[in-house]
Amino acid sequence: MNIIDRRLNPRGKSLANRQRFIRRARKEILDAVREASAKNGIADASGERVRIRSDSLREPSFRPSLHTGRRSYVLPGNHDYVEGDTIPRPSGGGGGGSEGSPDGDLQDSFQFVLSQDEFVDLFLEDLELPDMLRKQIRQADGFTPQRAGFSTSGTPANLNLVRTMRNSLSRRIALRRPSSSMLAKIEAEIASLPDDAENGQRRKELVEQLRLETLRSRRIPFIDPLDLRYNRFENVPRPAASAVMFCLMDVSGSMTAHMKDLAKRFYKLLYLFLSRRYRNVDIVFIRHTHVAHEVDEETFFHSTESGGTIVSTAFEEMLRIVNARYPRERWNIYAAQASDGDNMPADNAYAVSLLQQNILPLCQYFAYLEVGAEEGRYGGPTELWRAYQRIAQAGYPIAIRKVNHRSQIYPVFRQLFSRERAVREEQAR
Amino acid sequence: MSAVTEEARVRAGADWDFRQLQEAYDRIEAVALKELGLDIYPNQIEVITAEQMLDAYSSIGLPLMYRHWSFGKRFARDEALYRHGLRSLAYEIVINSNPCIVYIMEENTMVMQTLVMAHAAFGHNHFFKNNHLFQQWTDASGILNYMEFAKRYVAQCEEKYGEVAVEKLLDAAHALMAQGVSRYPRRNLNLVDEEKREAERRAEQLRTYNDLWRTVPHQAGASRRRTDAAERRRLLGLPEENILYFLEKKAPLLKPWQREVLRIVRNLAQYFYPQKQTKLMNEGCATYVHYRIMNRLHEQGFLDEGAMLEFLHSHTNVVLQPDFDDRRYSGLNVYALGFAMMEDIARIAENPDDEDKIWFPEIAGAGDAMEVLREAWANYRDESFIRQFLSPRLIRKMKLFTVFDDGESDLLVKAIHNERGYRTIRSALADAFDVVKQEPEIEIVDADLDGDRKLLLEHRVHNGILLEPSDAELVLQHLADLWGYEVRLIEVDASSDRVLRTHEAGPSPR
Repeated sequence: MNIIDRRLNPRGKSLANRQRFIRRARKEILDAVREASAKNGIADASGERVRIRSDSLREPSFRPSLHTGRRSYVLPGNHDYVEGDTIPRPSGGGGGGSEGSPDGDLQDSFQFVLSQDEFVDLFLEDLELPDMLRKQIRQADGFTPQRAGFSTSGTPANLNLVRTMRNSLSRRIALRRPSSSMLAKIEAEIASLPDDAENGQRRKELVEQLRLETLRSRRIPFIDPLDLRYNRFENVPRPAASAVMFCLMDVSGSMTAHMKDLAKRFYKLLYLFLSRRYRNVDIVFIRHTHVAHEVDEETFFHSTESGGTIVSTAFEEMLRIVNARYPRERWNIYAAQASDGDNMPADNAYAVSLLQQNILPLCQYFAYLEVGAEEGRYGGPTELWRAYQRIAQAGYPIAIRKVNHRSQIYPVFRQLFSRERAVREEQAR
Repeated sequence: MSAVTEEARVRAGADWDFRQLQEAYDRIEAVALKELGLDIYPNQIEVITAEQMLDAYSSIGLPLMYRHWSFGKRFARDEALYRHGLRSLAYEIVINSNPCIVYIMEENTMVMQTLVMAHAAFGHNHFFKNNHLFQQWTDASGILNYMEFAKRYVAQCEEKYGEVAVEKLLDAAHALMAQGVSRYPRRNLNLVDEEKREAERRAEQLRTYNDLWRTVPHQAGASRRRTDAAERRRLLGLPEENILYFLEKKAPLLKPWQREVLRIVRNLAQYFYPQKQTKLMNEGCATYVHYRIMNRLHEQGFLDEGAMLEFLHSHTNVVLQPDFDDRRYSGLNVYALGFAMMEDIARIAENPDDEDKIWFPEIAGAGDAMEVLREAWANYRDESFIRQFLSPRLIRKMKLFTVFDDGESDLLVKAIHNERGYRTIRSALADAFDVVKQEPEIEIVDADLDGDRKLLLEHRVHNGILLEPSDAELVLQHLADLWGYEVRLIEVDASSDRVLRTHEAGPSPR
């Protein structure tokens, strides 16, 4: 006889099968992923459970149809039927029992968990990671626990009460441990017996019974170490570095819902893109008119403000938040600004110098997205565009793009993060 | 056996180490071989993690398996269920191979490891080695090498002909897997020679290839000899129930590698066929064996009281049979029924009552329970085992009854646990465990290779149970793709020969 420890064998033996499986259901999974990400908020789109219906995942076989023919079933536990009895047809099913094909449930829909990487890979399909970013990403260290079934040992904090109590209850029933109410009942009966000779014998019996039952309940513990079940966790490596993403947007009256929608789509892509590299990505929403505020996502996208447009206020707010909460050495800072290009002319010079002197040195990457009306009338470059263009030409990590239509978001994003671009910049340095 | 030292004793809930595993194994072995008279393949016990257990699940229990998306699908589903705590994993997986491989999970307590070793490494192992179906149908010493060959061969095909082509072929072969079994063996399976045979197939193909034949002019308008239908069927070896076998040998358009892959899938189907037919006996045997062994270890003092309690707890979980109207009911539990039958047989052999003497004159009072059981384990399959050994007493104990469903009116109680019902119940239960009766009976009946080359299949319909039409269409499409020409499946009522339904499919455009 041999005992072999296989626990240290290489993991992921079934990876090749999983890749084939995902490729097989690619179309359906993609649809599910896109749908899930369209429904959820920006930060929710990090993988998780996907439910798909897929004909391409069906494994057909010649099998008996459940809706035809005559059958006999043998069932256990007859209570009061006798030969010749009839039983009303159970609604919605064949015979007694829960007959069914072994994977009948799979034919309707199939649910499984995509890892975050798989999710983002599918979402960003053929997008390349620019090398420039890759270099600045710190390596993973530390672990996060992830749930993985149950175990018989663990720390008290991980005790699974339901499982434990279920075991305890069945053990107590099996060993006939008296419940406290039963003891109380005997005691009550003793107390209620009138103190005379004819009840003496009965009293003696009850006292003896009480003694035995108490003894039993003392010997058989309420909870035995045997009963304990703990939630089991596995450690999953976690990148130590975190990223914060600043979404800056002009919300003055001139920004239409369409423009905001374009911006939202862009932010979402950027978020996914970052979450592919960083386990922990914070998002800060800053909206501005002539004053800037940090707001939540809902307010950010859905409420309008009236007022002028002063871009520098947003930069000031961002600097304030960075200083207060996101120290440069612990956080990778990304910023994306969306605007229709309007700015108070008097503010331009200050905004540009703020960006160039203070913001860009902090950031890994700064993207400026100029959103326009759907018809895409061309009115020449805006003030802001011209100013940013000068900074970009000076070689700062800033990217500027114009978008008019929803369909342009992907291409633009791809342009910004294409491999060629990263290589070009590498050479330019 | 040496006295149990305080340190070696197995306690409840305790962790295990390799020294203890070894000690437990030795003690189990002594009981199993000397007292129960079991006969086993040498064991190889492998300790694995939960993830590896999921892996083993998804590749239908074999440690080596070619790659296919369906195994990935199974893994994804099992993993999702496991991670969310909806389902716990099996404590062990055992492989019918020589040496017999037993996977045990690292998370098990020492009591569970002891139980699992007794159950799998001795119970199942004995059954694999001694049951006649396994002896006849499976080649325990060849399976692991063969799977290694199969895995390598399929991987090579993927490289040479592309993953898409291989995947398509495997999809089709898997759809027909249940029809890849010969119920009556031609000869004993020898998987060791399979690899050699594949090489010969290739050599033969190279040797007989002669480009000259391509240049021989065809005689215009030559009348080809038409053989009559009966002769034609005889030459093709029809009717044939093993569709994969027929395709491998006779399909006109398949390439040699495609025939080889069909053969691999067919051999796998054949390898698993005995397991399908002996679920009840196999689990009953293993459960009975572990129960005897654990009790004996407890008597010897190797398992302390707490350990015994832990064992009984999980044992009773395993053999729980909820009543038909219980919320937990999901069919007959093969562990429960199997274990109950084994105990019942042991009782009849050692301590029969008058009823048993009438029903089981051959074994009643035979004395040695293990001898009777070993005999039964060797020579029966579920169906014949129930037909032979299900006793009235057990029918009464489990309160079995049969219900007839004609598909339309109310259900009719046909028999209950009384004198009039025993035989009906026994026979109905035997049928329910009869793979031949539960699976559709489909045969290839004709193929006109000189004419339109249409392949004709027949499904003999019993009790009006037709094929699930949507699935049948899909499988037939796969079949047509393999055959290369049109395929027709007729469903014929077995009693009246009336055609009930016809399915047709043609090959997809290439």
